[in-house]
Amino acid sequence: MSISRDKIEQVAWLARIQLEDSEKEALEGKLSDILGMVDQLQAADTDGITPMAHPLDATQRLRPDEVTETNKRERFQAVAPETQDGLYLVPRVVE
Amino acid sequence: MHTSTLSELARALEAGETTSEALTRETLERIRAHDGRYNSFITVAEERALEQARAADKARTDGRAGPLTGIPFAHKDIFCTEDLLTTCGSRMLENFAPPYNSTVAQKLDDAGAVCVGKANMDEFAMGSSNETSYFGPVTNPWGDGLVPGGSSGGSAAAVAARLVPAATATDTGGSIRQPAALCGLTGLKPTYGRISRYGIIAFASSLDQAGTLTRDARDAALMLNTMAGFDPKDSTSLDREVPDYSASLENDLSGLRIGLPKEYFSDELSPAMAEQVRSAVREYEKLGATVKEITLPHSHLAVAAYYVIAPAEASANLSRFDGVRYGHRCDNPQDLNDLYLRSRSEGFGEEVKRRILVGTYALSAGFFDAYYLKAQKVRRLIQQDFTNAFNEVDLIMGPTSPSPAFAQGDKTDDPINMYLEDVFTIASNLAGLPAMSIPGGMVNNLPVGLQIIGNYFDEARMLNAAHRFQQVTDWHRQVAPNSA
Amino acid sequence: MQWETVIGLEVHVQLATQSKIFSGASTAFGAEPNAQASAVDLAMPGMLPVLNEGAVRMAVQFGFAVNADIAHRSVFDRKNYFYADLPKGYQISQMYHPIVGKGEVSVNLSDGSERTIGIEHAHLEEDAGKSLHEDFQGQSGIDLNRAGTPLLEIVSEPDMRSAEEAAAYLRKIHAIVTYLGISDGDMSQGSMRCDCNVSVRPKGQTEFGTRSEIKNVNSFRFVEKAINTEVERQIELIEDGGEVQQETRLYDADRDETRSMRTKEFANDYRYFPDPDLLPVEIDDEYIDRIRDDLPELPDTKQARFITEYGLNADEAAPLVQSQTLADYFEQVARGSGDARQAANWIMGELARLMNQNEVEIQDCPVGASDLATLILRVQDGTISGKLAKQVFEALWNGEGSPDEIIDKQGLKQVSDSSEIEALVDQVLADNQAMVDDYLGEEVAKKQKKKFNALVGQVMKASQGKANPAQVNDILQQKLTSSD
Repeated sequence: MSISRDKIEQVAWLARIQLEDSEKEALEGKLSDILGMVDQLQAADTDGITPMAHPLDATQRLRPDEVTETNKRERFQAVAPETQDGLYLVPRVVE
Repeated sequence: MHTSTLSELARALEAGETTSEALTRETLERIRAHDGRYNSFITVAEERALEQARAADKARTDGRAGPLTGIPFAHKDIFCTEDLLTTCGSRMLENFAPPYNSTVAQKLDDAGAVCVGKANMDEFAMGSSNETSYFGPVTNPWGDGLVPGGSSGGSAAAVAARLVPAATATDTGGSIRQPAALCGLTGLKPTYGRISRYGIIAFASSLDQAGTLTRDARDAALMLNTMAGFDPKDSTSLDREVPDYSASLENDLSGLRIGLPKEYFSDELSPAMAEQVRSAVREYEKLGATVKEITLPHSHLAVAAYYVIAPAEASANLSRFDGVRYGHRCDNPQDLNDLYLRSRSEGFGEEVKRRILVGTYALSAGFFDAYYLKAQKVRRLIQQDFTNAFNEVDLIMGPTSPSPAFAQGDKTDDPINMYLEDVFTIASNLAGLPAMSIPGGMVNNLPVGLQIIGNYFDEARMLNAAHRFQQVTDWHRQVAPNSA
Repeated sequence: MQWETVIGLEVHVQLATQSKIFSGASTAFGAEPNAQASAVDLAMPGMLPVLNEGAVRMAVQFGFAVNADIAHRSVFDRKNYFYADLPKGYQISQMYHPIVGKGEVSVNLSDGSERTIGIEHAHLEEDAGKSLHEDFQGQSGIDLNRAGTPLLEIVSEPDMRSAEEAAAYLRKIHAIVTYLGISDGDMSQGSMRCDCNVSVRPKGQTEFGTRSEIKNVNSFRFVEKAINTEVERQIELIEDGGEVQQETRLYDADRDETRSMRTKEFANDYRYFPDPDLLPVEIDDEYIDRIRDDLPELPDTKQARFITEYGLNADEAAPLVQSQTLADYFEQVARGSGDARQAANWIMGELARLMNQNEVEIQDCPVGASDLATLILRVQDGTISGKLAKQVFEALWNGEGSPDEIIDKQGLKQVSDSSEIEALVDQVLADNQAMVDDYLGEEVAKKQKKKFNALVGQVMKASQGKANPAQVNDILQQKLTSSD
């Protein structure tokens, strides 16, 4: 299965990855190779097989509804690129 | 002391023959002196390590020492360590010092082990040769210009170079076992859920599992004793008692049923490699085990299923790296999307971007059923193969990797060829089974890994089998020619 | 052409848990920015979600309240998109296996009819943070305190045919969640938010028209207005030969119009897939039964009880059960006064009028239930007339004291002393001889009655409204008959 330039651009946008034209070109080949390899799956007979999302047949544990966290804002924001007045800054969000 | 195993060092500390501070100083010196050759460390934590060492010595004087107290070791740079840089091999996290510990780091801290530094790795654990690290490739102590395997290549090289007796690592598709095989080490990936994933930077959540790289199975058991266990902070952690893995190492192997999957001895494996693996298995027969051929009929689909599931999960797991709360942020973003696009494109390397794109594609409208769901179904078929096999045998053995250590640059331009490095290891991640690689022979003077796959939570039996093998062979005692 | 409106609502309800749905951070309102954003809420590397039992319990409670199927097994999925207020780059939601299945609620409409609205499903998910647009050197500030607050998204069937039905449905959902105590339902604070899917089709057509989604309509009143405005826009558009686009629109209450939200370069593709960090949620019958046994009385049951216990009719009972607080208020007044019908009349009459006029909700009503009960009693025992009672009620509303104090202070006590009344009547008859003659000369009974009432009015006026009207009637009748 080969992947078109358009599709690469669409997927890159969804993933918010910026690609130079030269990168797109290289990717067309490599992604097509990978998808070609992955296409082996299509030959498998999976009728009646339940998809397996987790390796173990376990179920979700439920946490009691209790507040266990304290305010660690200063610690957390010490590693942030840009903050002000306790807020994380991003370029202006347009609604 | 660098020739000693972790267990030997523990005994020396216990006997008062040395102190943790002395061991740690020696370790730090050796890293400083020799790691230029391997590039196995991204960060060396000199001050922090010495502090930990002194605290460990004090704990020993106070009678509070456990088996790992005072032992220097390295963390793969994927484990979050409080206030100590944790880069995941990426420019994205070049300056990231987490304000918290991973559960594994906390447990090892609590046990008094001394983290001397953070080991190099493929970026975000995506790679099989340690060539995707932003901090440069790692060189295998078995030969200049050879890869150590990946993604835990730094952990493996550091142990094989005898810089540290043990290192933590993670395994999503073979990232512990393949480097163990290529560096002549004992690598253990426990059952999914056995070790908490909390604070381990996620690659593919349903496949990631932490484990160890050590010189032998005895050391692996000691590490696992400390690292394993239920963690309420990880929903996928299993609330199940942790046995003493050291206690059963000496158990007799007579009657042990070993299965050799015929699919693992196919064209992908060179005759020389196959012969080494078969000859290792013959040792088990001498130890009283019975060996039979088994079949894992869907194993040829494992790589394909993996390269849908792992990138799909990764594509979402890596979305949090957006330049807002931590990590790389581009200069002067014009708007929100510009911030995302440039921060991520600058912060991530080529292989990471490739996998994010593959994963995004596999999940995108119109492809979800054909790729993602199909891969999840094949995943179940692969698991069922193992379930059937374990009705007949206790352990499955085979090669860990198709070839020994290869040259740097050999496969970097050919992703598919690189992905096939994990052709024998991926299936146990898909199934969530515990698996090991132990040194099982040599080809062209390079180590060959023997892979041991166990049933769920059967780590004790695997370690027992590995240990008994190591009592009658000396593959694991071979020293890499370029080791420090 | 005759048009039919088709409406479906998606209602997001913030659940009143103490801690967040996947972390132990507090959900309380009003904290400093990001003071309640834990490492999990901030999507720090390696952080993992663990599900809050409280959120599951509340979802199940809601399920029972709308007679829905409760899923014994539900699954969390990742909804992938990038946005400033979404730290992980995905929202954890339930796409394929929601916890609450099909259900229904009934609503009462103003024409006295009752409609049943289907609920397609309800699922658990996490709330996002908030962007603040004050000037931070041209940037926006992100507060993630709200990120991870549990939401129950309740998705109706497209069963509503008018804005009135939609508003009634929303009120019913509000009543249910507040009765259950699983949310404060405060729309002004965003604890309850509503997206309206609106389309029109020629009457008689079975296929649905193209719908638009109006986002975040945040009051009951705006829901009606926004829908009506959008319906008008769509009809006008179609009648002018245009086509409705499937799109998201925002309601601008100031201009009373909806407008299209900026469309993205590429359409969104959320790439839902099961969250590998969370396992399937399984709840057993015992858990479900315990929740059912502990359910409080719900609006429909309460309405039925008001009808049987207090002898109200459905039209009287329906508005009273709209909120738990109002219903409780009614019951206190009804019990305190022993006259449920009067209690209902006062609450839906004078009280509702003043609340509306002053935009006050029942919980902030200045007239205490016991005071209203006393006032009703004072009318019953003849202390004041029904007419003056309204005056007392206004004084109660204005906080001028207890009913008895007000009656006293304003001298509103009813005059029931017959000699006092007789004197008044005599005075009026003497002062209004013309009216008396007119009355006596009238031969048509009906007209005579009217003239009699005019005289009663004069007496009441002379007494400043305080004379007991029944006594005035009797005495006046006597006097006029004797003068006959």
